[in-house]
Amino acid sequence: MSEFILHITSTLTVVTFFPLVGVFVLLLINKEKKDLLRWVGVGTALLTFIFSLVMLGQFDSQDAGMQLVVSETWIQIGSNWSIDYHLGVDGLSVLLVLLGTLLTPIAMFASWTAIEERVKEYMIFFLLLEVGMTGVFLALDLFLFYIFWEFTLVPMYFLIGIWGGENRIYASIKFFLYTMAGSILMLVAVLWIGTVQGTFSYTALVSMGNIPLGTQRWLFLAFAAAFAIKVPMWPLHSWLPDAHVEAPTAGSVILAGVLLKLGTYGFLRFNLGLFPDASHYFAPSIAFLAVVGIIYGAIVSYPQKDVKKLVAYSSVSHLGFVMLGLFALNDLGIQGAILQMVNHGISTGALFLIVGMIYERRHTRSLDEFGGLWTVMPLYGSLTLIVVLSSMGLPGLNGFVGEFTILLGAFGSQALGSYFYSIFAALGVILAAIYMLWMFQKMFLGSVSNEKNTLLQDLNWREIVVLVPLLILIFWIGLYPSPFFNLMSASVEQLTAALDFGTALVLQ
Amino acid sequence: MVIMEMSEMLTWLVPAPPLISFFVIILFTSRHRSMSHLVALFAMGLSLLFSWVIVFNALSTDHFGEHPIASDVGWLPTGDTVLRMGVAVDPLTIVMLTFVPLACFLIILYSVGYSNFGKGRDQRDISGSPPHHGVEPMYSRFFAFLSLFAGAMLVLTVADNLLLLFFGWEIMGLCSYLLIGFWYGRTYDDKFQITPSGAAVKAFMTTRLADVIMLIGIAYLYFEAGTLNFREIFFNEEIMKHLLESPSLIGGMAAAHFIGLLIFAGTVGKSAQFPLHVWLPDAMEGPTPVSAMIHAAAMVSAGVYMVIRMFPLLNSGGHGSPALTVMAFVGAFTALFAATIAVAQNDVKRVLAYSTISQLGYMIAALGIGAYVAAAFHLMTHAFFKALLFMGSGSIIHGVEHGMHQTNDKLDPQDMLNMGGLAKRMPTTYWTFVIGGFSLAGFPFVTAGFWSKDEILADAFAHGHWWVFVVLLISAFLTAFYTMRQISLTFLGDARTESAAKAHESAWTMTLPLVVLSFFAVFAGYVGVHMDFPVLGAMLGSNPFEHFVIGSLPHHISGFEFEWTPVIFSVVAGISGLFLGWLVYGRRPLVIGQQDPLVKVLGPLYGVFANKYYFDELYNVVLVRPVKWISEVVAFKWIDRVLIDGALHSVANLTMKIGSVAVWFEKWGIDYAPDKFGDGVRFSGQSFRVIQSGRVQDYLNITLSAVVVIGAILFVILR
Repeated sequence: MSEFILHITSTLTVVTFFPLVGVFVLLLINKEKKDLLRWVGVGTALLTFIFSLVMLGQFDSQDAGMQLVVSETWIQIGSNWSIDYHLGVDGLSVLLVLLGTLLTPIAMFASWTAIEERVKEYMIFFLLLEVGMTGVFLALDLFLFYIFWEFTLVPMYFLIGIWGGENRIYASIKFFLYTMAGSILMLVAVLWIGTVQGTFSYTALVSMGNIPLGTQRWLFLAFAAAFAIKVPMWPLHSWLPDAHVEAPTAGSVILAGVLLKLGTYGFLRFNLGLFPDASHYFAPSIAFLAVVGIIYGAIVSYPQKDVKKLVAYSSVSHLGFVMLGLFALNDLGIQGAILQMVNHGISTGALFLIVGMIYERRHTRSLDEFGGLWTVMPLYGSLTLIVVLSSMGLPGLNGFVGEFTILLGAFGSQALGSYFYSIFAALGVILAAIYMLWMFQKMFLGSVSNEKNTLLQDLNWREIVVLVPLLILIFWIGLYPSPFFNLMSASVEQLTAALDFGTALVLQ
Repeated sequence: MVIMEMSEMLTWLVPAPPLISFFVIILFTSRHRSMSHLVALFAMGLSLLFSWVIVFNALSTDHFGEHPIASDVGWLPTGDTVLRMGVAVDPLTIVMLTFVPLACFLIILYSVGYSNFGKGRDQRDISGSPPHHGVEPMYSRFFAFLSLFAGAMLVLTVADNLLLLFFGWEIMGLCSYLLIGFWYGRTYDDKFQITPSGAAVKAFMTTRLADVIMLIGIAYLYFEAGTLNFREIFFNEEIMKHLLESPSLIGGMAAAHFIGLLIFAGTVGKSAQFPLHVWLPDAMEGPTPVSAMIHAAAMVSAGVYMVIRMFPLLNSGGHGSPALTVMAFVGAFTALFAATIAVAQNDVKRVLAYSTISQLGYMIAALGIGAYVAAAFHLMTHAFFKALLFMGSGSIIHGVEHGMHQTNDKLDPQDMLNMGGLAKRMPTTYWTFVIGGFSLAGFPFVTAGFWSKDEILADAFAHGHWWVFVVLLISAFLTAFYTMRQISLTFLGDARTESAAKAHESAWTMTLPLVVLSFFAVFAGYVGVHMDFPVLGAMLGSNPFEHFVIGSLPHHISGFEFEWTPVIFSVVAGISGLFLGWLVYGRRPLVIGQQDPLVKVLGPLYGVFANKYYFDELYNVVLVRPVKWISEVVAFKWIDRVLIDGALHSVANLTMKIGSVAVWFEKWGIDYAPDKFGDGVRFSGQSFRVIQSGRVQDYLNITLSAVVVIGAILFVILR
């Protein structure tokens, strides 16, 4: 019993499952008391964020291995073989957990007035979603990981399907089936590993590390199928714009901010961690697709008339950078990629919030409807400009640090073996400026061309509160990124050492 | 030692005040106009003071070049090494610190008058449009942006590595975007005339294109050298040798030179060299202090400064490196190309814009032929007289606009054909403009521009770069000609419009900077007179500028013997250009309605010059439109919608078919009962209406059945 209490109060368990407490409280509240429901929902998410800060406080950035580990047999199958409740955090995941726990309360708070229907269910789904996301980042048992992974689909599916736009049914089905289709292959691979290697434990598998290259390739591809759709990598991206356009603002924030990172995190944790030789083998192909995604996403962003769709396509481009960094397979590339995951969460999250703010006022997101908004809403315009600049990688703001580190990593990458990945990826930086500035110009510059825009109110305090934490991070990471890199560097070095060891074996 | 420590601390502090002032104005004083400009002026004054203390300390230190100021902190841990960020001051930085803060300070002071401080709000004015007659509606914001601009330039100036330099570089790009587009709400009746917001985007995009190429160069340099610190690279024989001996992506070219060229691309954008010059003239859409900021104090100077800084890399392996040859060509061509365009412009600011492009070409060409000192020298003198000329032109425009408010005429206040006779109305502006113009034209012996331009020509001559010498000489002649044309059209003769006749002198905040800069436009040249120049050379301390600046280089580069021939050529070019300009425009100034005599003389060429060789149109056809077409039609419509989604939908349809077969099979084949799992497979089709019909539990059933299936598989495997 005391052991049970020890587990239930361990930091990672609390961080992961605390939102469930909120869910139970919400279930008890009358669905007509909307404000109370909102307060409980946001409050739970905030408390969860505070718990994740406690986790950060207990985290030792010098330690490359898994920390704050909780491990308990969950389902005993056979005599020496089990599915475990096994959580742990290291430098690869700590920032992503924090990103998720930060964005969730922000997204929920941002939906204060936007969501009037079914507030109770909305809040519940959001908290459930948070459990799934955090669980994915922390799970160290492959099967447990798979469960969390699939679990995130359900609340998101409902968030789009119930509170979404006009075409929400199509979008939610596309989202659900597409991602589910990929996961099936991963499930097969997980089961294969479990039966052949005799364990689902990530840490045990990493230390065993004796899967032959031929098998590694198949397993790599099976995992990659799930992750590449989630990222999404070109050409598997087409569910993303539809899902974003139809999702409610807060859903988009979480979808872009955190859910897409489940894919890149999956690549980082499992593909690189478990299949180092196959990672080397596939690195050039993945990097190629990543670069195509960078350029393609940027090009397709430009002609979009719907601001939200524009931002959605830009994610394809940004996530391409992350993938390029990961498969540079060196310290710089992977560190840059992790930071860029965080950056993308912040910047694109903020962009979706910003789009949501104007949508709430005008109930349209069409670029043609706007123009000259800076004159009408000066604060809104200025804050948007900062986020836009962050997203297009202006030095001094967060996006640049990630992109630059990734470019450096890819440039010097032995796994990729060519400069051209970097050079073509840099093209994406130019294109990003085109579509971002185009959007800003169409919306904010020029004279107020549309009558309906003349009387718009500038941001209220709630909207400012929502954006401020993200803006602080944008400047902080941009000007002084060291603390963020320090959190991850030990673990990344350990990973790249293992990757290099992997190549040594291949060469033999 | 104490002095060095103090200088070290001060170096960190040089860029700080304007950056802080930016935030202070934005956050706290945005509603108080006088507070805003006082904060900006005070901050810039502090920077100026710090800079000049550093300059003074450096000048009084013997062999400063061997013991520069340097200080840094870790910024980005990159595995085994740490990318460090720091500041450094060597003689080249000292040169920048003498003129950048001063020019910035004067520009900010000038902006007080320019933005109509002291006048009330005009009720017709709205944010984002130029004020009619009252104070600028976004007064505080203007000073905030100017402060940020100056701060970024100073960051760039004191940066000890390429990455920090790039920070300043890009933030300046942003400031140019914000300031060129400051009147973002302005639109014109003529649809083809570029608006401020259009010009802002154009400037930012063009320079960004170049910056990304530069960024690749930076990444490449870091990859090869392992550091981005200037001194650690240039003063390390081993690294330099490695850079010179590594082959680059382009066969046959050393990595050093290839990297140098990639980085030079950044300058081509920032300093508006051919073929990326197109943004700079349109940047005139911004308020005039911004033009002065971009054209003299900050942005374009930054581009030239950066290549001067990178000179040891570009020059590695001795003279005639391919990188330098490219630069000499680009620079010389741009100098002549832009000068010809300037001849046929009627907009008072556009003449100056093309003149800037042309003069920057001089500096790039100078560097390309190895005239390191001369390039730095011309950079400094040019900053003084070009800042003077721009602010002078702003004063002129302001004067004419004042006249327009009295006459209620609607005309282009920047068109020189609408001016004439302003000398009498605006004497201070007139005389200072003449000083600046003569300095630009290289009026012999008494102007700063003469000495720096002469040094470039003399160096080209002495080292036998004939074609550079000839091209620059022709450009010098054209420069003198269009300068005289500009002075004559603007100031001489009688007013050609009512408004010009009613113009009057600007406020003291605007004229004082002009007077201060005139002083430097004359005397700044005397620090760099060739040591063997008869009488003057010895009297002025045997070219102290060269002795000082050369200390920035790891290896001395050869100077040249004094010769009379190039001096005579350059005197003749300057004087004859001015004289011809006076013959055509000054002797009998244009009267109302008279055509520019040049139109007849040049014939069809005039149209080519006036339309800037049609480069905007060309780029539109070969670049802008195809890119749009690819993104809208090819990528989005064809690939994304038709190909990718089309394939996806076929898969979905196929699944649905299989699903309905399964349903049929279950229904008729197994037990007639509509099984939940069978319904689930039909999800893939469009018939899905689960949520709308409220049958949420259907979905949960599917998940449940999936879990059951998975469990069954597990169970089988584990057995």
